[in-house]
Order: sequence, then structure tokens, then C-alpha cells
Amino acid sequence: MQLFVIQRILGLLLVIFSFSMLPPVLVGLIYDDLSITPFIKGFLLVFIVGIIMWFPVRDRKRELRLREGFLVVVLFWTVLGISGAAPFMFSNALQISLVDAVFESISALTTTGATVIVGLDDLPKSILFYRQQLQWLGGMGIIVLAVAILPMLGIGGIQLYRAETPGPVKDSKLTPRIKGTAKLLWIIYLAFTVACALAYYLAGMDIFDAVTHSFSTIAIGGFSTHDASMGYFSSHAIELVAVVFMLLSGANFSLHFMAWRSLSLKTYQMDSEFRLYGFLMITLTIICLAYLYFMHIYGSFSESYYHAMFQVVSIATTTGFTTTDYSHWPGFLPVLLVFASFVGGCAGSTGGGMKVIRVLLLFKQGWREVLRLIHPNARIAIKLNKKPVERNIIQAVWGFFSVYVAVFTVFMLILMATGMDQVTAFSAVAATLNNLGPGLGEVAANYKGVGDFSKWLLCLSMLLGRLEIFTLLVVLTPAFWKK
Amino acid sequence: MNIVILGAGQVGSSLARSLASEDNDITIIDTDKSSLRELREKLDVHTQLGYASHPDILEMANANDADMLIAVTNSDEVNMMACQIAYSLFRTPTRIARVRAAGYLKHQELFTPELIPVDVLISPEQLITDHIYRLISNPGTLQVIDFADGKVRLVSVKAFHEGPLVGHEIQKIIEHLPEVKVRVAAIFRKGKAIIPSGHTVIKPNDEIFVIASAQHIRAVVSELRSVDKPYKRIMIAGGGNVGRRLADALEEGRYKVKIIEKSPEVATQLAESLDKTIVLEGDAADESLLLEENIEDVDIFCALTNDDEANILSAMLAKRLGASKVMSLVNRTVYVDLVESGNIDHAISPQHITIGALLTHVRGGDIVSVHSLRKGAAEVIEVVAHGDKENSRVVGRKRVDLKLPPGATVGSIVRDNEVIIPHQDTVIEENDHLILFLSDKRYIPAVEKMFQVGLGYI
Repeated sequence: MQLFVIQRILGLLLVIFSFSMLPPVLVGLIYDDLSITPFIKGFLLVFIVGIIMWFPVRDRKRELRLREGFLVVVLFWTVLGISGAAPFMFSNALQISLVDAVFESISALTTTGATVIVGLDDLPKSILFYRQQLQWLGGMGIIVLAVAILPMLGIGGIQLYRAETPGPVKDSKLTPRIKGTAKLLWIIYLAFTVACALAYYLAGMDIFDAVTHSFSTIAIGGFSTHDASMGYFSSHAIELVAVVFMLLSGANFSLHFMAWRSLSLKTYQMDSEFRLYGFLMITLTIICLAYLYFMHIYGSFSESYYHAMFQVVSIATTTGFTTTDYSHWPGFLPVLLVFASFVGGCAGSTGGGMKVIRVLLLFKQGWREVLRLIHPNARIAIKLNKKPVERNIIQAVWGFFSVYVAVFTVFMLILMATGMDQVTAFSAVAATLNNLGPGLGEVAANYKGVGDFSKWLLCLSMLLGRLEIFTLLVVLTPAFWKK
Repeated sequence: MNIVILGAGQVGSSLARSLASEDNDITIIDTDKSSLRELREKLDVHTQLGYASHPDILEMANANDADMLIAVTNSDEVNMMACQIAYSLFRTPTRIARVRAAGYLKHQELFTPELIPVDVLISPEQLITDHIYRLISNPGTLQVIDFADGKVRLVSVKAFHEGPLVGHEIQKIIEHLPEVKVRVAAIFRKGKAIIPSGHTVIKPNDEIFVIASAQHIRAVVSELRSVDKPYKRIMIAGGGNVGRRLADALEEGRYKVKIIEKSPEVATQLAESLDKTIVLEGDAADESLLLEENIEDVDIFCALTNDDEANILSAMLAKRLGASKVMSLVNRTVYVDLVESGNIDHAISPQHITIGALLTHVRGGDIVSVHSLRKGAAEVIEVVAHGDKENSRVVGRKRVDLKLPPGATVGSIVRDNEVIIPHQDTVIEENDHLILFLSDKRYIPAVEKMFQVGLGYI
């Protein structure tokens, strides 16, 4: 383990990251609120810490090995999560404790969208902007950005890329070089954000809301600048825009790239993962709509329709915007939606959860067992997009699934041990592990009432979810540290 | 540049490694999953599983956008077919193929865009044979490279105590050899490159790269080490592709050649095709055979079978039995350093030789030839200066004013068939061939750029 190399990269990253605290200063100046000092303090603190880390080891340029790649990725998210909390800590308007600040920051970076802050509407614009911006940076993975930048500084990126990409297949690249791939992904990400902000603006938001909400929409984050989330606007046009862009961001970005290159929508139609993704969204919407309508929860059909569609897309893609208090929907619907968030977005998207492709592979294997019972001598290949899936990928999917369930169970039991009721504990762990955001019960709107210990645990759960468990888990094993 | 490489064998993968480190987009096609996985994990390249000549596979490997296709699979036919398909379907601008069979190579007229659209044919066996032949005809050198049609020669020599110049400053060479135009381009001391000035002192065991006109090389080498007398008696182990070609070439050069071949059929064939060479049937590692054939009088013993271990062992045996110099063909790159640190005088790496030849075509237009030195750590390039004072960053400028990247030196200039060893004030003229020595190959693009002519030039 070459710790100096890791220190060098982290130092550099902190320096780069510190500059993300400057746009809020600009926003503060534009909107004339007087709370820009926390950002300047935060900038200086993070910048100086970064320089101190980087300077003594600035010449230690070496290629990263596999293990160091894991460690760097884990440290990126933890260290950035903590340093991102600095402005929250320094802010007089917020007056929050360390754990709350870190929770808010990690929730933003992991694009979870769980908040501990109440009274968003009265906060200074600069702080609101900063929260949204953190989500946006977290969305595509700061690392992908780092991968695009760091090669210029003399560090290879393959290890980072692999430890960071969501989804079971880690080697897929859009271009031969990672740098090119990272660049393309960021271009798509940026293009979506600009389009989304424009659409929101045209649908009736003011400029500040349009831009900030586009950040959290494309990142599949779910932070809002209002306590009532998207419900604040009560505009069908805005909800529609949100639905469209959440659906786009929940799909695989490589797919968008392929579709754009071939200029045809067939690409989406041909992709098994996308087909299941679409199928799930439509089916869930129909179920919710039917149940809401026949239970007479909302007055009109169109009202039920908009609420059902918005909540299904928002929860199932793990965004976490709300237009209505869905946790009070009748019967099985809230739990159904939380289960939908376990499926989550597609591989290679900004969404959380286990990813549609894994669920598809699990289902296909289940089906294979059924077929095997019927035809004991049959050889059955698991195929995706008409191509066989390698055996080690299938095994990895099973491994992932079992660990995901185990982590979920353990965390839920620990939370219940701290005195939380079952519904809250279940939904809080699901909402953080799947990077969803709002849960049910006491955490339906925010996480303010949760105890300090539970907040730390949920921070860990968010990081586990964002790093798809193994990357973080592997660093915590003794075998990883053996020489 | 966007490059598609067909075949992830030894040449393919070392080429990929070499090119990927220079900011190129590389895609490699092969049918072997595990070697592709290995490449993918070690290098920042794209890999594609499948048959290299199949159009759908080529399309998936993005042959559409490729600037160059390099076909180095094991099969000549696949290589040629892939070039044909790349040309017909994807209009790939540059196509390079490895073709081994002499039957194809004899008919160069086949390789035109209308028939078999291969731009550059690479025949590793021929390249290796030429390389060994140059080493044999320049005793005492580690590497010999010709520039400007053989007028200028760069040799690498290991300095020994006996050499008159060893222990002295480089500028002394002018006193020793007043007639000779010579330049010490670089010195590798303990594996690290030193850019020499006139005051650099040559130490024993330095590996020294000297540029001089071809007829003076012997005199220069003799300054650095005790001169080996010209080789006369040569023994070759292995009558394969390389061994046969080498024997054939050496015969014409009036050397006395003995060749040992294990297989009776091949030995018979050799005996039939070669005139003066003595063909011996037997095992090259057979002590009694070697002694019987007077191994102690052999000037150089060349182990050239396709089996690394057999080559190394038979070369070591020959050395112990009294051969004055031994050489071994070593395919595995990791073995090369191992072997050279032992008592084998030359370890020939076919990969490095082939890659050097391929690199010439990967480099930009004005570069005439590229040779990799020291297992690819450094390169020598021959480049032509075009343009005039207005649009070129080179022509019309003094040597000292050239903005060369760090580690680059101008070894010599060839102007109208004359070799010039440039002084500080030598002005570069149009159509000069410059021989540049680069000890850090990361700066190659910078050199390429420097020699590009500005917009005004047509």
C-alpha cells in the first residue's frame, strides 16, 4: 500500500473540491443575502487542508494498484462528505450540530436526499444552492470528474473507475480510454441538466428554483429548496418535466450515448434492462393509480393520476421528491413504493438501489431453476440483449444480493434496538441504503427526530448504498490490510 | 490517434502497451478471453472478443473511426483479409499487416489497393535477421541502427576499462580521432539516461550511444573498448525461419557458418537450400556435438530456435565451452534483462525489433524512421525538416535555438548525402534529415509537433 500516493490524490481532490464552495458565494452576492462567510471559511479550511496534505508528497507519482483504488474511492466519499459539511457547521442561519451537518452533506453527495433541516423556505439562498450543488456533484460521481482531471496530473484511472461505476459489469467503456468515457458522461450529464433547468423555467419556476431543482433532478437526489418539495409548486407542468427527467437520469447513460450516436430510439427498445425499467414504472403507476382512484383518496381521476405517476417515478428511481405525503397513502402502497426503490435505477445511471439489471438477472436465474425442473437435461444460458452473461457476473450478482439483504437486516435491527419503531427503522434503512431519501413513519418528511447514533449509522448506510456495498465493505475487512 | 490492433499476442500486446502510454485510443481484438482480460486490467484500452477479420467484430471495435489498423494475428491470411475488409468496408486510412510467409513477400506487386490493400508489410523474421546480421558485422556493439540509407550509423557500445577514452571526458575524442565526425548522443549509466556534454566523463560499464558516419564506426568503438576482431566463424542453433535467413545472408558475406538443427527433415531441407554452410543434425545443447565442431574457435554462437529456455541454456553452454560471444533469441520480455545480466552477450527480443519498425508508421508524416532503444525506454528518430523560416519552427534556425523538449538531442544532420555533426551555430536547412535522440518517449508528440509546418506551407 503506497499511502503517500493516496495522500497526494486526496490532497489534490480536496483542493479541487474546495472551489465548489465559491459558486454559493456568488449566489449569495447576487441575491444579497449576508451569509456568505461560512462558504469563504469553508473554502479556506478545505483548501488549506488539501494543500497541507498534497504539498509534502507532491512528487510521489505512481500508478494506483487495485487495493489503493478501493481505498481512494472510499476516502473520497467519506472525506468529501465530511469536508462538505464545513459550510453547514459555520452557518449561523442553520445552527446545527456536527452529526447533522455531516448527515446533510453525505446525504447530498450520495444523492440520497434525506434532510435534517426544517424550514428550508426561510434559509439564505446561498445555503440552499450549496445543498443542491453538492447533490449535482455527487450525482455523476465526483470520481468520474476526478478520473477526467487526474490523468493530467499523472495518475491512472482504471482502478478508480472500476471501484466507482454502478452496476454489475465494471469494464464497459464508451471509448477506448477512460478519460474519453468520463468526458462523454459528463457532457451528457451537463446537457441533461441544462435541458432540465430550461424546461423547469418554461414550466413556471423562477430561475433560482429551476437551476437548483435541475441539479437534484438529474442527480436523482431529491433535495428541494422548499419544505413541501415539488408539492410547493402544485403545477402539473412542472411535475411532468420532473417525471421526464427523472426517468431519463434513471436510465443507463451509456444507452443515452448510444442512442445519440445512432440517432435512433431503437437503442432503448432493444435494451433488456431499459425495457424492464419502463415496464416496472408503468405497472407501478397503474397499480397506484387504480388503488388511489378506487379508494377515493383524491377527488378527480387526473389528480390521482398525477400524484401516482409522480410518486412512483420519484420513489422507484430513488429520487425522493414528493408532491404529496405518500406515506399516508392507504394499505400496501407506501411499502410497495419503498420496495420499488430496492430495484432502483439502471446500471450506469445516477440512481440508487440494487439496479434494474441485477434484479433482471436474479429473476432470469429464478426462471432458469423452474425450467431446469421441467427439463432436467436442459442447458440454459442466461442472456442479456441476446448475449450470454458470463458466469462470474451472475455469481457476483448473487453475492451482491445476499450482502445487500444482510446489511439491510443488520442495520434495521440495530436501529430498532435504539428504540425506533419498525416501520420507521425499515424505511429509514431502505431510504438511505437505496439512496432514496424520504422514508415512512417518523422519517417521512425529514430525519430531524432521529438520534445521533442512528444518524451516524444512516450515514454509513448511505455510503454503502452509493458505493454498492462491496467497495466500502472490502476496505473494512482485515484481509484488505494484510501485506 | 484511434488505432485498432488485431491479435493480442506478444507483439500485439506490447504494441498496445507502448501506444496506450502515448495518448492513443486503442482497441484490441482477439479470440482469447483471458489474454484480453489481462490487457483490460493492466492498460487503459478497449478490448473486443471475436475473429479479427469478421466485419461485425471490426465494426464493434469501432473500425469506422479508426485511423490505423495493425493486423498482427498469428495467421498471415487473417491479417491480409482484415486489411482488405478494413479498406473495403471502413475505409481505414492506414493498414499494416504482419506477413511471415516468404511466398507472399516475394510478390510485392500483390499489395496494392486494387488487390490486397496492405500499406505496410511487417515481416518480423526478416527484421530480426537484419538486426542480427548488423550486430555480427559490427563486432562489439549492442545495437546498430542505420539512418539516411546507411550513411549514418548509431551504435550502442558498452564501455570497458581497456578503451582509451574510458575514464576521460568526451571532448577528448576529438584529439584521439581528429578525422572523424562523431557525436555521443546519450549515455545510460546504471539504467538511467544521462545527456552528455563535452565534459562528461565516460565510466566503465556505461552504455554509450554514438552516432557517426558508417565507415568510422569501427574506429569509434575501438576508443571505448578493446576491439573485437571481425567475426569469422559463426555457429547457429536452430534452422527455423530466422536461422535459415541468417545463414543465407551470412553465406554471401563470406562468413564460415555452421548451423545445428534437430529435425532431420528440416536439416535436409537446409542442406539442400544452403550452399557453403555446414548443416549439422543434432541437439544444440549436446556438449559432445559442440566440442566435436570446435565450439572453442567459434566467434559468435547464435541460439535462434523458438524455444526461449532452450536458447538460453544452449547459449550458456556454448559460452562455457569456449565460444567467444554468444547470442540468444528471447521472446519473453521479462527474460531479456535477466539474460543480459548473466553471461550471455546479446539477448535479442523479437518484440522490440518488430515494435520499433511498427512505430515508424504510427508516427507523424515527416518522421522517416523510429527505433526504440533500451527496451523501448528511449527512441531515436530520423525526421525531415520541411518549410522555410516563415512557417517552420526548425528550418533556418540555429541548433541552439531549437526548442527541443527535455532529454532530446540532435545527434547529426544529413544534408545532400553529407553527414554533419552539428555545432551550436549550425543552421538547419530545408530537407535536412535530423537524427534526434529522445531519452524520454513521452515527448515524442512534442517533437512531432515541432516539425509540423505552419499553415502557410503547401
